[in-house]
Amino acid sequence: MKEIILAKNGEIALKGLNRRKFEEILMRNIKWRLQEFGKISLSCMQSTIYITPEDSAFYDFDGAIKALRHVFGIASISRAIVLEKNMDDILSHVCDYIENDLFDASTFKVEAKRSDKSFPLTSPQISAEVGGKILSRFHRLKVDVHNPDVTVMVEIRDRGAYIHAGKIPGAGGMPVSSSGEAMLLISGGIDSPVAAYMMAKRGLALSTIHFQSPPYTSERAREKVETLCRKLVPYTGRLPFYCVPFTELQEALKEHCPEELFTVMMRRLMMRIATRIAQEKKIPALVTGESLAQVASQTLEALYCTDNATPLVVLRPLIGMDKGEIIKISREIETYETSILPYEDCCTVFTPKHPCTKPKLDILERAESRFDYEPLIERAIAGTEFKMIRSEE
Amino acid sequence: MEIYLDNCATTRVCPEAAEAAMNAMVRDYGNPSSLHKKGLDAEHILTAARKEAAALLGCAYDCVYFTGGATDSNNIAIQGALAARPRAGKTIVTTTVEHSSVGATITAMEKRGYTVKRVAPRADGHFDPYDFLDAVDEDTVLLSMMMVNNEMGTILPYDKVIPAVKKRFPELITHIDGVQGFTKIPLSVERLGVDLFSFSGHKLYAPKGVGGLYIRKGVRILPVEYGGGQEKNLHSGTEAVPMIAGMGAAFSMIRKNQAAIARNYRELNAQLRARMAEIPGVVINSPADGCPHLLNISVPGVPSEIMLHALEEKEIYVSSGSACSKGAQSSTLAAFHLPLERVRSALRISFSRETTAEQIDCFADALREVTEKLRKVVGVD
Repeated sequence: MKEIILAKNGEIALKGLNRRKFEEILMRNIKWRLQEFGKISLSCMQSTIYITPEDSAFYDFDGAIKALRHVFGIASISRAIVLEKNMDDILSHVCDYIENDLFDASTFKVEAKRSDKSFPLTSPQISAEVGGKILSRFHRLKVDVHNPDVTVMVEIRDRGAYIHAGKIPGAGGMPVSSSGEAMLLISGGIDSPVAAYMMAKRGLALSTIHFQSPPYTSERAREKVETLCRKLVPYTGRLPFYCVPFTELQEALKEHCPEELFTVMMRRLMMRIATRIAQEKKIPALVTGESLAQVASQTLEALYCTDNATPLVVLRPLIGMDKGEIIKISREIETYETSILPYEDCCTVFTPKHPCTKPKLDILERAESRFDYEPLIERAIAGTEFKMIRSEE
Repeated sequence: MEIYLDNCATTRVCPEAAEAAMNAMVRDYGNPSSLHKKGLDAEHILTAARKEAAALLGCAYDCVYFTGGATDSNNIAIQGALAARPRAGKTIVTTTVEHSSVGATITAMEKRGYTVKRVAPRADGHFDPYDFLDAVDEDTVLLSMMMVNNEMGTILPYDKVIPAVKKRFPELITHIDGVQGFTKIPLSVERLGVDLFSFSGHKLYAPKGVGGLYIRKGVRILPVEYGGGQEKNLHSGTEAVPMIAGMGAAFSMIRKNQAAIARNYRELNAQLRARMAEIPGVVINSPADGCPHLLNISVPGVPSEIMLHALEEKEIYVSSGSACSKGAQSSTLAAFHLPLERVRSALRISFSRETTAEQIDCFADALREVTEKLRKVVGVD
């Protein structure tokens, strides 16, 4: 008995002449994501990717399907048995294969699809025969074509016949890296991982940059961020992780800038450093987890000031979302529990008591000119540590 | 050369696990709760082991809790789930063939006022999944069933029962004692939808004294013992880092070799069945579709203990019933409707990843020889 996984393409099925390119990226992503589960072969036909394990008897289908549910660009996933394209083979295997799916069902229907039109039976005829076979084996079952508990799919395709008991929804979106690359500023809070998830869903490949300030922030705080990145990897693919030593700059800021402007000036420094590292890697955009009016540094005026510190496109996918909505997604992608671990991060250590909510760019620039931050910025960039974060290291 | 065929009782620790445990004792000896680097290093060991367990369980790693072993896990699961639900129903559904760490715990709960329904196997030794569905109702607070029976190798129909029960009663807590099935049958606890899943380390090449419990996200369990709040308050006391490190390394080894180990079990099982069929007077008790890493047989007329010691003289180690019952007559086998004569003479032969076809042949030859001799002495035939 040979089993395979069918992954149906989502939005990319709608793309025109570039479709093949999108499909190739998706197949590459699938291959990367499933490498830990053992050897597979991949092919793409009729907007479906066929994932065939070399040894299907011992393949971890549950694990692989769970992994695929996080791969953007897939609309739905099915685990199917591969049969010969004749009714004898189909009828002799169908009941055993779907026994567990039908055990607790009271109604079912059979849906047949025949893309190979040379098959001697029509789709309704296939449905009727398979349905009859199932009814003769499972006496508790009734047919309900409108609202069945289980839909048994019989697909007659070019390479064979496939039977499965329904589809599992995929992650949707666009394949990661089909839309280009951006750099995510990640602090360790709830928002930035959600921002990463949302941009990856639209096909961006991401790098991450984190600012640490030992001894004000601990090794565990940095670990927390790496853990968050690891939890994102199933969605985003591998994540380059840049960790910038930020202590000197924060101490300089503390000494030389007006207290109420501390946060926004710090954000501008972070943007500058992130921009330089991004430009070096030819990355054209930054991503932040900012949401309008959430905190003092995220007012319209403050965002204008931070944007002014970088020539790059700044993407803020959470800008119109409430905290509640953001938390909901962070629970879904399972970053929430890590995000709320109580370690100090670089944004919280020196937070002013009364931050300015309406900073003016000219006042900021004047405050910044009182001290030459450039040598410290260069030192921070030179001291930046790099790490490639892959799943489960 | 000794031939150890009692791997359902315990296994030999694999070299990877022994090395990892040693390192955690002499090199990374910090307390995972300490804030400094030594503590962090120890915490990393815990996290790595958690990830290994999670990969085999098919779940997120923060759902894995380390315990002092499967008995510990079963007690936390059962007592903790009930304690957290004082206002829920008062009926527990379980089976007649549970390991004592579940059976005795549930009996203790019965004495505290819970009603217990015990589902029995049908006459053919198989469980009918519908019997479980008939047993659960609005008053049921907990369903606890084992994955694979430790004496017979019977696979219980958890994959049908658990999803169906959760669909009917989402609040009902489901628990699987997975000690004998874990890593031997493909599993994803998340896909299955089970709330609690216990496993042991030392049945899987890790040191004794460590095990784990999977708790589905959002399921509330109260601690059974109190203290420093380790393992999210469910297993207080400084973590047994060396044991956990050993278990992580053993699980990693298993994960890399899962297909090969499974193949070995199947082949050995088929070989042993064929050899047993050739010996007059030997009957096979395990079902044909049982978990392949063990086989229960009987030599009616020759009491288990005599046979066990006769084989022991040839440095072959097997079990009579389960090791935990120390040779006491198995109530489990009787619960599987085996005739008394077969219960009295039952032997359990269980394999490990290291068991070879030659060892099975050696055992079969020895059993044939000993059977012929003992059956004359004890006067069968």
